[in-house]
This record gives sequence, C-alpha cells and structure tokens, in this order.
Amino acid sequence: MTTPSAPLQPRMVWYMYRAFVGIGVICTFIIAAVFLYTQPIIRDKQEAALQQSVLSVLGGAENKRDLVWRDGSLVLTTEGLATDGMDEKSARVYAGYDRQDRAVGYAITANGMGYQDNISVLYGYDPKADVIIGFHVLSSRETPGLGSKIGTDRKFLANFLKLDVSLNAQGQGLAHAITLSKVGQPKNSWQIDGITGATVSSKAVAKILRDSISRWAPRLKLVKTTTGGDIQ
Amino acid sequence: MNESSLYAVFINACLINNFVLAYFLGICPFMGVSGKLSTATRMGLAVTFVMLITAVCVHAVNLLLTLLHAPYLQLISFIIVIASTVQLVEMIIKKYSPTLFRSLGIFLPLITTNCAILGLALFQTNRGYDLVQAIVFAFGSGIGFTLALILMAGVRQKLDLMSVPALAKGAAVNLIIAGILALSFMGFAGLGAD
Amino acid sequence: MLPSNIAPINISINVTPVTTTDEFIKGLWRQNPIFVQVLGMCSTLAVTNSVINGLAMGLATAFVLVMSNILVSSLRNFIPRQVRMACYIAIIATFVTAVDYLLQSLSLTLHNALGAFVPLIVVNCIIMGRAEAFASRNTVTRSCLDGLGMGAGFTLALLCVGLVRELLGSGSILGVAVFSSSFEPWIIMLLPSGGFFTLGLWLLLMNWIKQRQLVGVKVEFEKEPSA
Repeated sequence: MTTPSAPLQPRMVWYMYRAFVGIGVICTFIIAAVFLYTQPIIRDKQEAALQQSVLSVLGGAENKRDLVWRDGSLVLTTEGLATDGMDEKSARVYAGYDRQDRAVGYAITANGMGYQDNISVLYGYDPKADVIIGFHVLSSRETPGLGSKIGTDRKFLANFLKLDVSLNAQGQGLAHAITLSKVGQPKNSWQIDGITGATVSSKAVAKILRDSISRWAPRLKLVKTTTGGDIQ
Repeated sequence: MNESSLYAVFINACLINNFVLAYFLGICPFMGVSGKLSTATRMGLAVTFVMLITAVCVHAVNLLLTLLHAPYLQLISFIIVIASTVQLVEMIIKKYSPTLFRSLGIFLPLITTNCAILGLALFQTNRGYDLVQAIVFAFGSGIGFTLALILMAGVRQKLDLMSVPALAKGAAVNLIIAGILALSFMGFAGLGAD
Repeated sequence: MLPSNIAPINISINVTPVTTTDEFIKGLWRQNPIFVQVLGMCSTLAVTNSVINGLAMGLATAFVLVMSNILVSSLRNFIPRQVRMACYIAIIATFVTAVDYLLQSLSLTLHNALGAFVPLIVVNCIIMGRAEAFASRNTVTRSCLDGLGMGAGFTLALLCVGLVRELLGSGSILGVAVFSSSFEPWIIMLLPSGGFFTLGLWLLLMNWIKQRQLVGVKVEFEKEPSA
C-alpha cells in the first residue's frame, strides 16, 4: 500500500479531491434516499413483530401499552417507549390489555448467557395472581436440535403458563427461586421441567427468569398510570 | 449495557465462539496464511494488535454516531476506521521494526479486508459492550484467531510431508481439516455457563 | 542442446471471453467465485444452514456486486490510481448499507436470520476483486454483465451448499419437510463443522470434474516464423 514518494502535482491533487468529493456526494445521496424510504416500513414491521410476541406471552391480551421509568417509578405512557430515563437499558416492559380493556399483565424482556451465546427472552407476568403466564424466546444461538428446543418444545413452554413467582415477606424478592425440578421428587409450583439433553440451556432460562422477575415484580406491583390512578 | 463478566467475554470470544471456527470470520487469511507456522503466528499477532486498536476506535465512533443520530453511517465509518488503523499500524511497524515489517510483507494490508475485524466491530456494537468489555473482547477474539491459525498451520505443515490424493489437494483438504478443528472446538461450549 | 534452426514456439491458450454473453456465463461456471476462485467463503459457510438464507445472501451480494460494478465502471476515468481502493470501499459500503435497509424492509425474519453477515458483504473479497480486476477497466455494460454472472455463480454455489446442509441437517428444503418424521437429522450439518465439510466435499467434486475435463482441452498453437 506504499506509493512512490514523488511530489504530487497540483493537477493530481485536484483529481483526488474531485474523486473523493464526487463519490462522497453520490454515496450520501444513495444512502439517504434508501434510509428515508425504508425507515417507516421498518418501524412498522418492528412494531408489528413486537406486538405479536407480547400478545403471545400474555394470553387473552389484544393490545399493549408501553411503560416508562419516570421520577423513580414506572408509569404507563401512551406516547410510546422512551429509552432515555429507563433504568435498565436492556429490559423493556409492556402492559397488555384484553378486549374489554382490562389489564392482563406485563410482558418483560430479559437476557442472559446460555450454553453457546446470549439468550434473549420475553415473558408474561400477572401481578395479581403472582404467576408467570407466558414465555417466548426472542433470539438464541443454542445448539440446533437440542438447546434450541427451549423456544419450540411444547412441554417446556407449558412450564410457564402458571409459574409461581410470589414475593417473600418483605416484598423485595422471590419467596421461592425458580429452579429446575429434580427427577423423582414432586414438582413444586415454582419449578420447571428441563429438556432432556439440554440441561444447561434449561438452567440458563431458569436463571434468566429468576434474576429478571425478582428485580421487576416488586416494582410492577407499584405501577400507576400517567394520570395517577391504578393500572386497573 | 451488557452484563457479562469479563471472564465470560474473554472465554466466549477465544474458545466457545471462536471467530474462525464458530462464526466463519477471517476464512480468507485462515486458508491463505496458515501454510507455515511462523507466518501464521505473525499474522495472528498482527490481527490481534489491529483488533485492540479497532475496538477502542469503534467505541468512540459509536458514541459519536449516537450523538449525531446517524446510524446509517455506521458501516462506512467502521470500514474507514479499520482501513486507517491498518495503515497506521503499518507505518508504525515500518518505522520501529523494519525486520518485522519485511517479514509480514503483504499480510498487513490484507488485514483490511479481513472479515474478522469488521465482524469484531459489528458484534461489539450489537452486544452493547462498554470500553473495558470491548478491549477484552478484542483481545480474546485475536487470541482465538491466532490459536485457530496456529493449529491449522501445524496440521498443514505435517500434511505437506504426506501424500494427499491429488483430488483433495488445496482448498478441499484444508476445509475438511478446518471442519475437524471446528468439531473439536465445540467441546468448549458450556464453559461460560454457570 | 537444441539445433539452432528451431525457432521458439509461442503457445497461447485462448480463454478470454469474446462475446458479451460469455461475460455472464463465465461467472457461473468457469470462474465461479467460490468453487474456482475460492473467494468469499466467509458468507458461504455462515449463512448456508438453510436454503432460504443462502438464497437471500446470494441475491443481496449479487445486488451489491452489480451496482458497485456499474458505478465503479462509470466513474473509472475519474478515479485516480492512488486512491482507488478507498473509493471502491466507499462505493461498496454505500450499496451494502442500502441493501441492509432494503432487506430489513422486505423481511425482518430473514434479516435477523442473516444477522451481522449482511454488513459483512463489504469485505467480501469477490466484490472488491471484481471492482479492481474488471470494472475499473471495462465498459458499463460489460461490468454489469460480469457482476450479474459472478453474482449468479455465487448464489448458485450458496444454493449447492445450502441444499445439502438443510436437507441433511433439518430434513427439509425451504422449510418444507422432505423426509418422513422417522428421519433423524444430521445436526452436525447445521453446525460450523458441517459447513466446512460440505464446502470441502463440493470442492472435491469440482476438482474431480475439472480433472476429467482437462483431458479434452483444446490449445491453439502459434508458431513463430522461423528466422
């Protein structure tokens, strides 16, 4: 990449400037045009995909609203999710409502290390009944056919239809930590059955949920709407 | 804000999700340079060095782009940063160690088109690593890349002394060796999990 | 020692494309970027664990290849030699950014499946190689055809590898199950090592075909007029 060190003539320098500026202008034009054209389409698609996955973990919900962290507490907002001001930038919380506009529960994102790489999940939480009501894997890079079953195996997903996550006496953490059930012992309401051949991935899911819900459950019990009333 | 520990980031980048054997980044130099052990080691170390500098610069570029609200300039800025870094590294090596410069030869400019460096920049951005995590990540991936290169070079040097069927000579047998290496690296999975 | 009245024979093998359709066809077989030139393997191995991913990547790369070939070729008289690499990279990066956004707007699932490999098209040796070796020296039409041919050849190679990997690794093609449910999929085909093995075996096949073809190659002899 070293060029001969002969002094550049002014004409050569002009040619170089002309090339750089010309190409810069053309490239900027192309990128800006494509960006402006595709942005609205992409935003709509992402919103639709998010809506789909949130409603899938909150059974019975028909539409969702976003939650925002403001003045030290979570409030419902109709303006959409704002990221600045959010305490944990990695977690998003959505509230789901059914057709009669009654609150069904919250959908929370969480992630953590799995067997191979990061696992990103979305789960549904009902604060009134103190249970997790749904689970959906957003992205994972687990072993195909084994660890990847955490997103598709029906028996595994059925674990999360009514998973007990009641708070302890102080109301600041889980009363019973979410763990894998042990073979031969009766399964408690706060335990999940792992997948054969994918113990590490199943344990990772349990850990991700455990960490996330013990952080969010105490907060979500105190959520108010923007008008100051209760989430109901 | 990524919450992985530094140990997890390092082991992940170096062994579990090795850039060459798990993500298929940097295959061109992997196939091209791994003929001799000495060149493989030097290329690997040069790549590690460039990765470290790139990680820091990319972190700065991301901060700048967030300020300017210009996400569409991300790719172009990354590639410019990488090309400039390589040019800079070449000039520094040429000035301070002419022997190293001569032994590296053509490999240094080739690092610019190395998918691994751009892959590093993209992964670092997508996973939201902060500065320290990014440096550890770059170091880990560079070491992992060098490791894969050294292993491949060792095997290929031994292979030169044997009779490979003419049908398989060249890229075909190299790819099969790489496949076996990738298979063996799968054993590292699970190291980072609790 | 050769007798002095024997003049040296000039042997030339004529393989340069003559017609414009040949520009297109050479990319498909004779100079196939993956099977013959062995370039651009990063994308080939990474995204071919299913046919649809391979197809999408191939088409995206072909798009970037054609567009950058056209632009480089139309600007070839304005780009000075010393800065040509930087200009090519800028042009290629522009089109890759464009294709990234276009892919996102067309199908979010495909975009997520391909992940970070769409931006990695920038450092695909094929595109840079064609810009440097061909588009900077030829007319716009020829460069366009060359880009189309190389892109088609690249997509073809991706399809070959992807077909084997998806068929054996998931028992399906394009998501449609082909084998009965009693088929135990070869998970290794979906893993990185499977990618290496599949490409290696395809190259073996290509070498075998080339060896058989070499027997029938025609060479044109030009004899220098003897002194």
